Amino acid sequence: MADGNCLISNEWICGEYVRTRGQELTDATLEHVWITLASVAIGLLVAFPLALLARRWRAVSGPVLGLTTILYTVPSLAMFSLLLPVFGVSVAVVITGLVLYSLTILVRNIMAGLASVPEEAREAARGMGYGPLRLLFGVELPLALPALMAGLRITTVSTVSLTTVGAIIGYGGLGNLIYEGMRSFFKAEVLTASVLCVALAVVADLLLLALQRLLTPWARKSRKGTT
Amino acid sequence: MDVVAKAWTWLATGAHWAGPDGVWHRLGQHLFLTFACLAIACAVALPIAVALGHIGKGGALAVNISNAGRAVPTFAVLVLLLLSPLGTHGQWPTIIALVLFAIPPLLTNAYVGVHEADQEVVEAARGMGMTGGQLIRRVELPLAFPLIMTGVRTAAVQVVATATLAALPGGGGLGRIITAGFRLTDTPQVVAGAVLVAALALVVEGVFVVLGLLLDPMRRRTGRRLAASRRPPADQAPASPALTT
Repeated sequence: MADGNCLISNEWICGEYVRTRGQELTDATLEHVWITLASVAIGLLVAFPLALLARRWRAVSGPVLGLTTILYTVPSLAMFSLLLPVFGVSVAVVITGLVLYSLTILVRNIMAGLASVPEEAREAARGMGYGPLRLLFGVELPLALPALMAGLRITTVSTVSLTTVGAIIGYGGLGNLIYEGMRSFFKAEVLTASVLCVALAVVADLLLLALQRLLTPWARKSRKGTT
Repeated sequence: MDVVAKAWTWLATGAHWAGPDGVWHRLGQHLFLTFACLAIACAVALPIAVALGHIGKGGALAVNISNAGRAVPTFAVLVLLLLSPLGTHGQWPTIIALVLFAIPPLLTNAYVGVHEADQEVVEAARGMGMTGGQLIRRVELPLAFPLIMTGVRTAAVQVVATATLAALPGGGGLGRIITAGFRLTDTPQVVAGAVLVAALALVVEGVFVVLGLLLDPMRRRTGRRLAASRRPPADQAPASPALTT
C-alpha cells in the first residue's frame, strides 16, 4: 500500500514506479548503452588513424591536437544544436557530438601511449625482421595499451554522462526520462534514471578495467613483483 | 546551407539582442553565473588543495573526486537539485550545481601542482629556514601556478558549458536562446544560439590562456628563453587526461 502511495505523494524513491515502468526503464537504459557504445567505438576508429598521422608528421599533430581541444571546449547543448541542421533530428546528431568529444582524450592518450614505448623494444623488433605494420600491432600497440585503456575509460565514463544531454532532441537514453521527469516534477523518475546513469558509468569503468588487466597480464605481474 | 544563412540573419537582427529575452541580457546572466560560481568554487577548492598538496596527503581523494565528477551527469544533478526543496529558492540550484562541477578540476590541478613542485627547490627553501607559510607563498605557489591556472581555466570552461544546461530546467543564460528555439521549432535560432554559446566558451578559454601566461610569477624570474622552453609541457599537462574533466 505504501508503495502505491509513493506515486501519488511524489516520493524520491518509489518501488512501485520501478515495477510499473520497468519496460520504459529497460528501453531507456538499452538506448543509453548502445548510443555510448556506438560513440566510443566510432571515436576509437577515428582517433587511432588520427593519432598515427599526428605521430608520423609533426605538421599534422599541431592542427589535430588544437582542433580536438577546441571541439572539447564547445558546450554539449551547443554541439548537439550545431549538428542539428546537418543530420536533422536523428540519433546521428548525438553520436557525432559524442564522437567529437571523445577524440580529444583518445588521440592524446594513444599518442602518449605510443610515445612511451621504449626505443629498445622497437629496435629489437626491427632486428627480428618486423615490418612497420607488424611492429605497430605486435609490439607498439600492446605496450601502449595501458595509456590507451586509461583514455578509453575516461572517454566512456564522460560519454555515458554526456549522452543525457541528447534528451534535448529526444535521443538521450536515460536523459529522456530525466527530462520528462523534470517537466512533470516526477521525482522518482528523475532519481531512478540518474542513479541508473551513474551506475552505468561505474559498471562500464569496471568492465574496461577488467579488460585492461586481462589484456596486459605482464603489467599485473610486475606490479605484484614490486609490491 | 539555408539554415546557416538564416541563422546569420537571426544574429544580425537587432531586435533579437534587446529586451529580457535578448542576447545581451542572456549573455549578462551567463557571465554573472559563470564568474560568481567560479569565484565560489575557487574560494572553496583552492585553499584545501594547496594545504593538502603542501602536506602531501589526499592525492587519492583529489583524483577520486575528479573521477566521480566525470561520472555524474551534469543535467541529472541540475534537475535533482531543482526538484529538491532548494528548487524554490530561485537561482540556488543552478549555482550549487555549477560550483560542484567546477571543484574537481580546481582541486586536482592545484593539488598536483603544489605536490609536484620541484622537491629539490622545496628542500632548499626549507633548509634556508622558511616556515610552512613562507614555503607555500614564495616557493610552492609560484611553481604550481601554471597548473593551478589550468585548473581554473578548465573549471571556467566547464561552468560556461554547464550554465548552458541550466536553460533546460528554465534557468537563465545563453542556453535559453537554444531551448527557446527548440520550443518554437525555429532551427535558425537554435543554430544562432549555439554559435553564440560556442563562441563564448572559446573566448573564455582564450582569455584564461592569456591570463595564465601574463600572470605566471615565474615568467619574470626565469629567462625569457627558459620560460618559453618550459611552458609547452606545463601547458599541455592539463590537457593530459588525468587532469581534465
